[in-house]
Amino acid sequence: MENLTLASHVDAINWNRVVDPVDDDVWDRLTGNFWLPEKVPLSNDVPSWATLTDEEKTLTMRVFTGLTLLDTIQGTVGAISLIPDAVTPHEEAVMTNIAFMESVHAKSYSSIFSTLCSTKEIDEAFRWSRENTFLQSKADIILSYYRGDDPLKRKVASTLLESFLFYSGFYLPMYWSSHAKLTNTADLIRLIIRDEAVHGYYIGYKYQKGLESQSEEHKQELKDYTMNLMFELYENEVSYTHELYDSVGLAEDCKKFLHYNANKALMNLGYEAMFPKEVTDVNPAILAALSPNSDENHDFFSGSGSSYVIGKAENTEDEDWDF
Amino acid sequence: MLLVYYSSSSEYTHRFVGKLHHPARRIPLLTKQETLRIDEPFVLVTPTYGAGPNRGAVPKQVVKFLNQEENRRHLIGVIGAGNTNFGQEYCRAARKIAAKCNVPLMYRVELLGTPEDVEAVNLGLDKLCASSLKTAM
Repeated sequence: MENLTLASHVDAINWNRVVDPVDDDVWDRLTGNFWLPEKVPLSNDVPSWATLTDEEKTLTMRVFTGLTLLDTIQGTVGAISLIPDAVTPHEEAVMTNIAFMESVHAKSYSSIFSTLCSTKEIDEAFRWSRENTFLQSKADIILSYYRGDDPLKRKVASTLLESFLFYSGFYLPMYWSSHAKLTNTADLIRLIIRDEAVHGYYIGYKYQKGLESQSEEHKQELKDYTMNLMFELYENEVSYTHELYDSVGLAEDCKKFLHYNANKALMNLGYEAMFPKEVTDVNPAILAALSPNSDENHDFFSGSGSSYVIGKAENTEDEDWDF
Repeated sequence: MLLVYYSSSSEYTHRFVGKLHHPARRIPLLTKQETLRIDEPFVLVTPTYGAGPNRGAVPKQVVKFLNQEENRRHLIGVIGAGNTNFGQEYCRAARKIAAKCNVPLMYRVELLGTPEDVEAVNLGLDKLCASSLKTAM
């Protein structure tokens, strides 16, 4: 058992003296995004669930127990481990919000299970998650870095979890959604994806802030470390993806989504994309399931066909326009 | 082609714009600072802010900049920076400005932009320079 180190002294947090405005922005964004699984009408997916084959049901449940494990780690270890490293009291407060929302995410998969599956099936899926080599390996790799002694390395591990490791799992509900299946479940998953995007952005931002005061040598060491960890996790993710999706023929499609998100995870840490466009051409249907407007062609520059439309009027919002 | 952009202290948009070979001017970080005055045609690059629908997608600093009629007059298009993980909110600010100012939404990039994005936007802006320019209003 490792020793638990608690702060020896705490000052009352003053939100009227915010040192880093990003803390304030992210707090607002996260609290504004707050949601609970009970608000999503998951039971509307019961008829759709009944149309899946037994194999597809098993796959879906396994994917969700895998995601549950990652959210559990991030809620009870990952985000918590970042609190002692915080450089502002507001950063500590944001981390507590992140930790709590990860627990909401973890619980929301159980809401999906209890709506769609029998207790026996649920227990079987959780047993699978405990015994699957690649899933356990993913958890072990991340946990070992959380236990390390470098706060910046912890942030790298955390950002790669938030922005990369979830996506082998998120792929499936987006796939179902693009086939008009389990659409309410997909709505819930999209809420999780939105939260993880803010978490990855924020932890990655704090990493880059922390890098500023490091020596060139240590910066290089951290960059090498990030790339090595990414490769280690990527190799494991590829094996995990094949194990899950080979039986339904979706592994290659899913891997493109992994590459695309690996690039975004690296960018959240301030590094350039690693995977070239030839392997990041995500299936447009998956991208459209993720972001409903993403399939609109806004490449005005390509000059091909109806290359752009002038945007449709959006609702008036709380902005101070003078015109 | 002149680019005018806003980037928060996270610097994503700043870094994307820095990779382009076109001149760029940055809208001041703080709203209390004097905004820019632009008297030539330009393309605006902006990220999206806010905590969801009806919560101010366009950064306040960009609103302040566009509230200047002489700036707005020279706006010829918008490039959005964002992240598809935000679903319907992806590049909402750029969409809103394009609709409000009646100019095209020219391109969208995620985070720091990929090398392909940099190439496409550079080429597009080159062509725009070469063609006759039509300002927003």
